[in-house]
Amino acid sequence: MITEENINVGIKEEEFILNMGPQHPSTHGVLRLVCSIKGEIVKNIEPHCGYIHRGIEKMTEKLTYPQIVHLTDRLDYLSALINNEAYCLCVEKALEIEVSDRIKYIRTIMSELTRIASHQLWWCSFGMDLGGLTCFFYGLRDREKILDIFEETCGSRLIISYNTPGGLMADIHPNFQKKVKEFIKYFRKTLPEYDQLLTGNVIMQERCKGVGYISKEDAISYGVTGPSGRGSCFSCDVRKKEPYSAYKFVNFNEVLRCEGDTFARYMVRMDEMRESMNIIEQLIDNIPEGPYAEKMKGVIKLPEGEYYQRVEAARGEFGVYIVSKGEKNPYRVKFRSPNFSNLSALNTMAKNQKIADLIAIGGSLDYVIPDIDR
Amino acid sequence: MEFSIYDFTSFTKSLDKLLNENMSSFWATSIEMLLIGVGILAFYALVGLFLVYAERKVCAFIQNRVGPNRVGPYGIIQTIADLFKLLMKELIPIKNADKLLFNIAPFIVIIASFLAIAAIPFAKGLHAIDFNIGIFYVIAVSSMGVIGVLLAGWSSNNKYSLIGAMRSGAQIVSYELSVGLSLITMVIFAGSMQFSVIVEAQRDGWFLFRGHIPAIIAFVVYLIACTAETNRGPFDLAEAESELTAGYHVEYSGIKFAFFFLAEYMNMFIVASIAATVFLGGWMPLHVGGFSGFNHVMDFIPPFFWYIGKTFFIIFIMMLFKWTFPRLRIDQLLTLEWKYLLPINLVNVVLMALIVLNGWHF
Repeated sequence: MITEENINVGIKEEEFILNMGPQHPSTHGVLRLVCSIKGEIVKNIEPHCGYIHRGIEKMTEKLTYPQIVHLTDRLDYLSALINNEAYCLCVEKALEIEVSDRIKYIRTIMSELTRIASHQLWWCSFGMDLGGLTCFFYGLRDREKILDIFEETCGSRLIISYNTPGGLMADIHPNFQKKVKEFIKYFRKTLPEYDQLLTGNVIMQERCKGVGYISKEDAISYGVTGPSGRGSCFSCDVRKKEPYSAYKFVNFNEVLRCEGDTFARYMVRMDEMRESMNIIEQLIDNIPEGPYAEKMKGVIKLPEGEYYQRVEAARGEFGVYIVSKGEKNPYRVKFRSPNFSNLSALNTMAKNQKIADLIAIGGSLDYVIPDIDR
Repeated sequence: MEFSIYDFTSFTKSLDKLLNENMSSFWATSIEMLLIGVGILAFYALVGLFLVYAERKVCAFIQNRVGPNRVGPYGIIQTIADLFKLLMKELIPIKNADKLLFNIAPFIVIIASFLAIAAIPFAKGLHAIDFNIGIFYVIAVSSMGVIGVLLAGWSSNNKYSLIGAMRSGAQIVSYELSVGLSLITMVIFAGSMQFSVIVEAQRDGWFLFRGHIPAIIAFVVYLIACTAETNRGPFDLAEAESELTAGYHVEYSGIKFAFFFLAEYMNMFIVASIAATVFLGGWMPLHVGGFSGFNHVMDFIPPFFWYIGKTFFIIFIMMLFKWTFPRLRIDQLLTLEWKYLLPINLVNVVLMALIVLNGWHF
């Protein structure tokens, strides 16, 4: 708790405290960054979270296993389907169920579409953080097409809950393959527009290159994963390290960059969108026949024990840890959310840089606040 | 009373004569001042409203959107509706704010832009006052606006607005140099600071085309510097909505906010007007020396429309800047001015002086 006595602890003369958030346009939600500022230079950043804490991990203890899927959407709502998948994989691992190849293929395609949609929205907001408002509309224009695909198959656009333990909620829509192929063709044409508008811009490169450096060692010790970690040469792609679902059937590259600055993190995400399109192209024509859901018992009870499953969410490694006492609801569930660890490195990255750099670095970390607070 | 859309001189002269014949010179002057004041005020409000609408349409065009299209045909009444909304809004009093400075800041900003517009020639014979130091006056008056910005930031008792005001101060003071020097380059070329003389000197071709490379350099530098001076993107660091929420006017609401908003657009109009007058010939139609037939055809378009067309062309370029470029950082902004634009400008002034001395221009 901040009081009059301890508010100035650690603050030197000529510095003053600037509260960024909880209501601030560039914290992307209700994050509060208490910054000590000297002129334009940020001396220290103290993130305060908890403004959107909903106690999701506690709520799971009262719910049955199929119900918990719907809570996983509400963590990182921009990679909702990937969170669903992680939880379902964990339950399936506990029950020792091997789902059919059709389910694996569809889950992987959906995850990659989610990743593209998430990176598109990141690009929108990153452009906006840098002051280029036009980016926002270009990104949303293309993201809309993915959401339309989701809506047709899953019936929902943002918080989808398409995966269930043992399969999927429904089979894919007959138009699904056609629409996805159309989207890939369309997006291959429009992705260069992103580069023309923002990547190639001199101002943007000046703003990003050499800003917010984090070394590989620091990235590993802070647990910075996902595109943010891979921008610092930290090879941490779970899809490569521990292939789940259909990732073992496809060829793709892990995008790595070693500069460790904001621009590297930016470029990793841009290249990941291209890789995701490659993955989808390899899978979309080869979806095997089979059931869209395995036969499950009416009441799912996990055998007693502890289970952990991790996947590569759009922002990094997402882990689900379930402790079961053999009942119909879990004893304890813990989500390892990527944003929480990524945020912890913010001070290392943004210390002694300008206020504008702090915003750019925050944008390149791409944090989603409900995922930090849970 | 004779009236011609091509030349307002005879109209104003005959109006002056009519008034002086019927009343004492004191009352005649007073009525003239009143007429000019009301005229400029109406013009000011109309242009402000139109610019807000134009900006929304242009940015919608760039961003794959439609823009305002519900209120009135093509949404042209949208800005008027917005204005009424702003008029109705509560003026929120700020705790611990410096009340006097907080209240006069928006007026200083708007008066600065209002004073500057008085010296601009809109068409032949259509300007309020024709100084022999017109350019100097406009630069001097328009730079007063920064005082209002600084006061607004300081008196709001808000950290964001304070940072915004400090940034704005550093920015405008720096870029004032570039604006001044690039205009001085053209003053050397024209040999006068009087707007009417400058426009008349462009009868055989606009300065941008006649002034060789220095004129083009000065034009580009002026465009960059005046975008920065009006606090528009990519130099909108004083507002920087993603960093400082709204910068210096974060605590203002209602009509006081509207004053800042209007002043921003009017400053854009003023700097574009000066660019149009000094580089593109103001109200002078496009003339090419020697082609009298072509020049005669061009003369059929009334001067006022030439002036408005050129001004809005430059405003359109400034809008393109804003909606395509990301924002600079404060140190990059100052580097750009002090390390690049200012040295280029100084060399440019010398180059222009050489060209004028040797008579190398067209």
